[in-house]
Amino acid sequence: MSLPKFELDPPPPGRLPRLLPAGEPRGLTGHLDRHGPMPPWRGAEALIADVRASGLTGRGGAGFPFARKLAAVVERAGLRGGVAVANGAEGEPASAKDATLLTYAPHLVLDGLALVSRAVRARTAWVYADLDGAAGRALRVALEERRRHRLDPVTPQLVAAPPAFLAGEESAVVDALAGGPGLPTSTPPRVYERGLGRRPTLVSNVETLAHLALVARYGGAWFAGVGDRGQPGTRLYTVWTPEGARVLEGATGTTARQLYDVLGADVSRTQALLVGGYHGAWLPGADALDLPLADPELRPLGASAGAGVVAALPDGVCGVIETARIASYLADESARQCGPCLNALPRIAQALRTLARAGERPGERAALRAQVERWAGLAEGRGACRHPDGTVRLVRSGLRAFAAELDRHASGRCSATRRPFLPTGERW
Amino acid sequence: MNVHVMRVDRIACDGRGLCAELLPEVVSLDEWGYPILARGGEVPVELLAHARRAVSMCPVLALALDRR
Repeated sequence: MSLPKFELDPPPPGRLPRLLPAGEPRGLTGHLDRHGPMPPWRGAEALIADVRASGLTGRGGAGFPFARKLAAVVERAGLRGGVAVANGAEGEPASAKDATLLTYAPHLVLDGLALVSRAVRARTAWVYADLDGAAGRALRVALEERRRHRLDPVTPQLVAAPPAFLAGEESAVVDALAGGPGLPTSTPPRVYERGLGRRPTLVSNVETLAHLALVARYGGAWFAGVGDRGQPGTRLYTVWTPEGARVLEGATGTTARQLYDVLGADVSRTQALLVGGYHGAWLPGADALDLPLADPELRPLGASAGAGVVAALPDGVCGVIETARIASYLADESARQCGPCLNALPRIAQALRTLARAGERPGERAALRAQVERWAGLAEGRGACRHPDGTVRLVRSGLRAFAAELDRHASGRCSATRRPFLPTGERW
Repeated sequence: MNVHVMRVDRIACDGRGLCAELLPEVVSLDEWGYPILARGGEVPVELLAHARRAVSMCPVLALALDRR
């Protein structure tokens, strides 16, 4: 098969989906039919300029402007060269977007990895992801196709990531690639300054790289032609109902109501909306369904689009129980390396489990809530990574959003008529 | 402007507490023995010598003094 010549012919900016293919994936042929080949390499500065014009922010959860991150590593890598990593370690149990993207559009991700590899003059490039299922198979096939056609400046190495919540934290990723246990390490220096092999390392979420592959083809203005003005483009959302989750691609700034409409789900009796992931926040009330899911609108409310998890809590599911389950999961997933996190999170979780049991310890509930707030204050900002901070955010938002339910529990009543449904493993 | 700031390597730290003994004006301990830094760890210039001693005395070398 000879590769088609590159021709500039962008699809309309508003046409969706951008990343996920229509129908079944068809390998490299299907990828080239749909997106055309990679455009000719015009140098790191031209790529950075395109990314800056696009307004692309990281899709791994932090939402950091990608142009700045890319430029930082390019600058520090210099002639000695840096390291490029595609981070598909989707530790968030409520998120399925990265696995879906790797399964259905691995070549977009790998195109993006090739671009950043060139930009940072990478001697080594890596894909770090859970390789056990369809995503692993799709990646292996895609890499073999690319090897045959010599598509990549440096052949990416595949490394299996464990399904641990902290697996995708950037220093944990570098630690794993270096042969360590894959736990967060102390900073400074951050990995973009000194990472794998002491080289500046660019760790990018796989979805960010997929968007980059399209920015390189169609330009920054095209990318920004849809979505929220302050955080443009499209993104992958994992949308939850009690029946399970679906991954949808939508413009940034889409509302949860619009996503649930696509699914045909009835969200008329929503109590609260979980946005971002388990380090995100509960937004109270059905009004939350109409909030644009983009950082400029969400951050003033103490939330962020995060990893694109959206879960509307229906009537009949107890929000206090869900919050206690999530907190227990997060406590179990601590790396257990830092005293404040190790000590505070399990105590917070245990207190929440007590509060989740309606009628238990009636006289002590106010004291328990005060304890939770005290421990939260001790955990915040006192770990090597953001795990305690994210956990505290989730917990505080739950106590706020489900204040009425907590009062009901204090008098022995719980409004649950159906089981909790957010994924937390078998632990609680 | 030369400001000195104490920094804790939260992974290396295992709550021995010497820092709080040597520099109580900047470091206090939580109920589990782990350091809480007042004012973000900023060290007044008159306490610099004590801060340097605390850094060198930490049994697990978890402390550093940054100059900003």
